[in-house]
Amino acid sequence: MGYEISLLTFMGISIIGSLSLNLITGFCGQVSLGHVAFVGIGAYTASVLTKADTPFFVALLAGMLLAGTFGVMVGLASLRVRHDFLAITTMGVNFVFLGVVREQEWLGGELGISSIPDPGLGKLGFLALVLGFVVLVALLSLQIRRSWMGYVFDAVSGDEDTARMLGLDVSHYKLIAFALGTALAGLSGGLYAHHVRFIFPDSFAFVESITLLAMVVIGGNGSILGVILASALLSVLPQWFQFIGDYKLLLYGSLLFVVMRFSPGGLAGLAQNLFHKSKKYFALKENQ
Amino acid sequence: MSLLDIRNISVRFGGVHALEEVSLNLNQGEILGLIGPNGAGKTTMLRVITGVVRSNKGEIDLNGELLNNLPIHARVRKGVGFAQQLVRPFREMTLAENVALAAGAEQTMHPWRSMFRVERREALRESLKWLAMVGIEDAADSFPNAVPLGYLKRMEVARVLALRPRMLLLDEPLAGLNQVEATAFADILLELNRNGQTILLIEHNLAEVRRICSRLVVLDNGCKLVEGIPETVLNQSSVLEAYIGQGTVHAEN
Repeated sequence: MGYEISLLTFMGISIIGSLSLNLITGFCGQVSLGHVAFVGIGAYTASVLTKADTPFFVALLAGMLLAGTFGVMVGLASLRVRHDFLAITTMGVNFVFLGVVREQEWLGGELGISSIPDPGLGKLGFLALVLGFVVLVALLSLQIRRSWMGYVFDAVSGDEDTARMLGLDVSHYKLIAFALGTALAGLSGGLYAHHVRFIFPDSFAFVESITLLAMVVIGGNGSILGVILASALLSVLPQWFQFIGDYKLLLYGSLLFVVMRFSPGGLAGLAQNLFHKSKKYFALKENQ
Repeated sequence: MSLLDIRNISVRFGGVHALEEVSLNLNQGEILGLIGPNGAGKTTMLRVITGVVRSNKGEIDLNGELLNNLPIHARVRKGVGFAQQLVRPFREMTLAENVALAAGAEQTMHPWRSMFRVERREALRESLKWLAMVGIEDAADSFPNAVPLGYLKRMEVARVLALRPRMLLLDEPLAGLNQVEATAFADILLELNRNGQTILLIEHNLAEVRRICSRLVVLDNGCKLVEGIPETVLNQSSVLEAYIGQGTVHAEN
């Protein structure tokens, strides 16, 4: 039972992480290849604080705020660079984060931070907390999607020059996407650190950024349900099949390629296509 | 009454003078045609007005307010409506949704607040009105990839109109249309103008320019050549030379 609870908790944390990237990449069209850096900022901040006897929820919030602050700074860079260049820039953010963390004695250097305090909620209580956050983040995503903010994100993601010509403050909207997305990444980091209670630089390596991106793309860039399903699946696969862990980059890389080549809309696009095709098929049958 | 005053605008791209000390004004309620041969600086002028290109010198004054230092979106919010030469619809949205996004300018003015505004029906209803005004309400629910260029050009104008601009800047709206379509489109512009819309138009179709514009400004090589009413301007030898090339007029003589 303990194993299942732990697995579900991990799944929930992954979903929060991928939904947070979905806000930036899926909704607003800003590719980020270094998202796990913000997960890391949240994780390290919250761990350092709880180890210094700060209450768990305060530490979690502080992790979100710091991740969000750095997120806005990277967002400011996104105002200058686009597309492939933005991808490279964000990838650089991931490496800078790792480089800095590895060198910091007070963050444990290569060895990281261990014996992170137990939040004291019990395994089941912690799972409930994580799932509660999953629901909140999903609801937030849904609200953004159906609001005018989501409408503008669609436009920014489609063609930001034209969006400006319609009087839309594109820069401001992009910064909001980065602020929200990276703060939520910080949340998932804080939760992760207090779930495994041991973090070190490699927990936030580049391959983890690719994993998050794979969850978003395979789920269907922008689709909330698709991203939840894909991250649920992709987060437990390596736990079930140990050998996947060794070939993670290869597997996720190939999956990304297959999805982009054959179903650019991801799982969500695939489902939509099937739905339309079956509707057409049945309509045809009725006519005959 | 002058709505837009452009004073001594100069733009240099590296060593090239795209515009040199050009001044012009756009009066409330007129259709001003901005014409000239390719490379004369017409599109650059529109880009300076919208803020896509920053001028090295000069002032852009909209009703007593200087626009020079405002970003593009702020100028649009002040009433500068610009329909681009190459139509760029949002391909993932229907034509109605494209227009509704502009019609909901009120909802998107404050980015954080826009998260709490959900109601889109009103803007969609309004978008149908604008689509009807340019005669393409039948394609409201179509996606841009499923309609011809003429429809997209009209959608572009409807989308800009939905912003309720104080002036409408159009960059070659008739390019790529056949003569029948072009005349129909020019009629729509005339109709808009009769309803009080001020328009600044770049156009190469001189027959339509002559028919609908109340005044013309001719640019050549980044400088203002001449301005005045179409009949006079289009018959001036300097204008003909700029368009057709030096020597042609002399040869005819």
